[in-house]
Amino acid sequence: MIARHRTRAIAGLAFAALTAASSIVLAQPEDDPVAEYRAMMGDDNPAEFWVMRGEALWSEPRGPASVSLEQCDLGMGPGVVKGAYAHLPRYFADAGQVMDLETRLLHCMVTLQGIPRKEALKQRFGDGARESDFEALAAFVAEESRGQVLDVPLDNPAMEKAYALGKEMFFYRAGTHDFSCATCHGQTGMRIRLQQLPNISEAEGARAAYSGWPAYRVSQGEVRTMQWRLQDCFRQQRLPQLDFGSQASIALTTYIAHNANGAVMDAPGMKR
Amino acid sequence: MGNPMRIRAKLDGEVVDAKVLMNHAMETGQRKDASGALVPAHYITKVIASCNGKTVLEADWGPSVSKNPLLGFRFRGAAAGDTLSVTWTDSMNDTRTDEAVIG
Repeated sequence: MIARHRTRAIAGLAFAALTAASSIVLAQPEDDPVAEYRAMMGDDNPAEFWVMRGEALWSEPRGPASVSLEQCDLGMGPGVVKGAYAHLPRYFADAGQVMDLETRLLHCMVTLQGIPRKEALKQRFGDGARESDFEALAAFVAEESRGQVLDVPLDNPAMEKAYALGKEMFFYRAGTHDFSCATCHGQTGMRIRLQQLPNISEAEGARAAYSGWPAYRVSQGEVRTMQWRLQDCFRQQRLPQLDFGSQASIALTTYIAHNANGAVMDAPGMKR
Repeated sequence: MGNPMRIRAKLDGEVVDAKVLMNHAMETGQRKDASGALVPAHYITKVIASCNGKTVLEADWGPSVSKNPLLGFRFRGAAAGDTLSVTWTDSMNDTRTDEAVIG
């Protein structure tokens, strides 16, 4: 059975899961309770509920134009979802810029479905009863690339520029705490509190971090996207708010994704 | 009518290993929303699992069970091809039943 101190570390979220744990061999290292929790949950990830909702949303006619997203081009051609997430972010000629998954979904909602950008962004993150279409759609699209190898090449000037900007931001120290992304994510084998934070400036750490997003955040009971992850990192660093779909957010995602090239996609994952 | 559960039941020798992933908010009634108002309690109070007309698990739940909970249990006396049925009832008298064939 699980030791008391670790039970407390995931207090309040795991009663039902713990009842299931006694029969499962815990193969994860003692000092990584999150990995242990993941092992206990096995193949059961509540993100599945988001995938189901996202799949329905994808084919449902919505917005003023009353069309579905089935003509949305995620980079592999209109309507092709399979494998698309393993090749994002990428440069989209029709938009004249590099886009990550969430930004592309926003683009399709605005251009295809005719939903005003402001309205589409209202529920960019879910909050209990108010569900986010982005989180559901991102979960669905990511699920369709599970097991695929991440391949985000810097194959044109826009991608090179995005990567360079993302890298600069990653190491740029600012704010009241003089923090950069690299402060927490620039060293290997270190941790903060109980969190073993990946070194995103290197392939191994970037792969571990990137391949599991979007993810079901157990502590929030919601599926969160990479856009959510990045804006929350900014909040933790006391930096100005990182806008959803902004050039800065896409550049950072491009930096992380390119560093993670070769990763086997395993999203939606499950995170603390 | 709640959202569908995901039920997996696998026969391992004589024992069925069942995993039930439930889609439920499990609001404790202690949480406040952005405007400061209490979010009403809404959680599963009863879970009953049955197989071949027999109840194999009956559980009283409360607000301390997590959102979207995963319930795992094992029982004897079923064969492959039998149907496992799981029903929950919540504090707002909503109920949901789903079934899975034991594999």
